[in-house]
Amino acid sequence: MNAPVATDIDWPLATHQVLARLGFGVVGYVPDAGHKRLIELCQADARMRSVVMTTEEEGIGLAAGAWLGGAKCALLMQSSGVGNIVNALGMVHECRIPVLIVVTMRGEYGEFNPWQVPMGQATAEVLRAMGVAVQQANAAAEVPAHVDAAARLAFGGYCAAAVLISQRVIGIKSFQEQAEQ
Amino acid sequence: MTLLRRDVVKALLAERGELLVVAGLGSTAWDCTAAGDSPLTFPMWGAMGCAAMMGLGLALAQPRRRVLVLTGDGEMLMGLGSLATIGVQKPQNLMVAVIDNERYGETGMQATHTAHGVNLAAMARAAGFASGVLVRDMAGVAALRHSLQQGAGPHFAQIKVAAEKVPLVLPPRDGALLKNRFRQALLGASAALQ
Repeated sequence: MNAPVATDIDWPLATHQVLARLGFGVVGYVPDAGHKRLIELCQADARMRSVVMTTEEEGIGLAAGAWLGGAKCALLMQSSGVGNIVNALGMVHECRIPVLIVVTMRGEYGEFNPWQVPMGQATAEVLRAMGVAVQQANAAAEVPAHVDAAARLAFGGYCAAAVLISQRVIGIKSFQEQAEQ
Repeated sequence: MTLLRRDVVKALLAERGELLVVAGLGSTAWDCTAAGDSPLTFPMWGAMGCAAMMGLGLALAQPRRRVLVLTGDGEMLMGLGSLATIGVQKPQNLMVAVIDNERYGETGMQATHTAHGVNLAAMARAAGFASGVLVRDMAGVAALRHSLQQGAGPHFAQIKVAAEKVPLVLPPRDGALLKNRFRQALLGASAALQ
């Protein structure tokens, strides 16, 4: 049984509403299965400029530039992408630039791909080591509230804050399911 | 006559008006400072590879202002994917100008890929920039100034300069100071309350 444990609310829709209400003008992302619906909602929202990137590291530059120009930026990435932003996070920390990072987890809960496990297991620790505040959402119903709280922490505290969305929420990817889609 | 980096940067920033500048770490940041420190120049002391994307974020947030990223060939090479990202977004108010001395200037003047023929301007054109030019003389720099002020971008320039050591002219290092002075100069005193 690979279905998500908690599907009691439409977390991408509610999370998009949080981002819109808090006035995020720029959303940077690298395409990701877990973020698929939230990305599509952001793309369809004329209030947000969606920026598709080739690697997550670009997002840190994007967010820093946006904030210099007075715009709030949120980044959507998979846990593997956290490994790509580590050095750039030094700028966010040193310059006290607020940025919201929403991470869909891999390598964490029932993962089938062993290559995802090392980064998935290290994600929270790596973020904390670089001064990022970390909140973990283990149920769909928790996600919007965590995103709201992390955004307030980031922009109230001039720092980076990340919400890690568990594979329990997203569902556990398997090649079998992909083949059947 | 080979271009000299300080002459090029000074010419690009002369009478800069409302231009917003992101300076990539290392020599280009020192060049911008040598041309005259400004709160509307954000010199990077780290995050190598991120300068062009900072320019994109700034250009999207401030569509009515012109944005210039001045960076080095080594810094640009570390963020080549951002050329593709900018090519997709197509911000008309952005120019990325690479001061290309074909060297890693801060680490001992080792050759970069551009010394071996990698053509960044062609990469930018292929990625969807409105223009991507290779500049070797001051007439070319003067043409860039024109594009910078009124052309519909995104523009890209790879400006070949001499591999010379120039005096260090350093901007402030404190990142929070650099951020705050930029935001207050651009957005007003209320930026501190945002």
